[in-house]
Amino acid sequence: MKEPMMAETISITGHGGDQIEAYLARPLGPGPYGGVVVIHHMPGYDEGSKEITRKFATHGYLAIMPNLHYREAPGASPDDAAAAARAQGGVPDDRLVGDVGGAAAYLRAMPAGNGKAGTIGYCSGGRQSFLAAISLPLDAAVDCYGAFVVGTPPERMPLKAGPLVDRAGDLSCPLLGLFGADDSYPSADQVAELDRALTAAGKEHEFHSYEGAGHAFFNVDRPSYRAEAAVDGWRKIWDFYGRYLAG
Amino acid sequence: MCTYLTEKVAVEGSGKGPAGWFGLTEATVYFDHPQHARAEHTLNIDFRNPGQGASARVAVELTAESARALAAAISSALAAAAPGLA
Repeated sequence: MKEPMMAETISITGHGGDQIEAYLARPLGPGPYGGVVVIHHMPGYDEGSKEITRKFATHGYLAIMPNLHYREAPGASPDDAAAAARAQGGVPDDRLVGDVGGAAAYLRAMPAGNGKAGTIGYCSGGRQSFLAAISLPLDAAVDCYGAFVVGTPPERMPLKAGPLVDRAGDLSCPLLGLFGADDSYPSADQVAELDRALTAAGKEHEFHSYEGAGHAFFNVDRPSYRAEAAVDGWRKIWDFYGRYLAG
Repeated sequence: MCTYLTEKVAVEGSGKGPAGWFGLTEATVYFDHPQHARAEHTLNIDFRNPGQGASARVAVELTAESARALAAAISSALAAAAPGLA
């Protein structure tokens, strides 16, 4: 651990002026620190995602994770809230952008902040990290195996998640993409298509696909965890944020 | 992979959750990552009553093989019921 830190649950202003719950972790020093908005995966605002948020603080970043399912189920357990959000079609894109924008504004206004804010998201949050980066002024974004940035979701899918690759030219900041070579959503072809679109648009990006890893290889609680990919992935994240967000 | 595909069906009956029995109004069914089961993907069913809050939920996560066996068992049990009962 590099930095002593503290973590707490706070309320922030999200999309439409709504007050939503968020988990904030921050180093205790005076800063200046870069800010990271952590976008949780579809299973919700859970223990593993809070652990990730604290990890950023121990590495010298102000980190905040908005509870994207708060409106559906304030005070409910993360799995119940995730089930409620799923039943209602998932998190709408405009609401996601508003909530991440509110979280980034909160970080930028913190006295220990350096005025910079980036995003990182896992699984569905990977797509949402990209969505935030094409919709908001950010300083760095990380997409961890986000599905449906490229590709059309299954026909009957009720979730509100259309493809975003056509908006690659709107990317406001450098993008780090971390993928599992064995993943189907996103597939290797979809990752390659996003890579080509960003290159064509002249957008700075850096993609890594790990052999022997599939979806959710960062998730330490699940059978999908792949230590080698996750350890190297974290190294890539520290290097990337070190260049674009730190100090 | 995240399939995202979610089937939703209106149901009538009851389920027993952490706070006891409650009336059910809907079930969502999806094949995706589980919260708890030790498998990459499972067939998940949430029996819910949103009118009573997000915690009014009975959840199961079944391997694909178990889910198929359960579906067959449900069909068999219904077929075995006396005529006119089910």
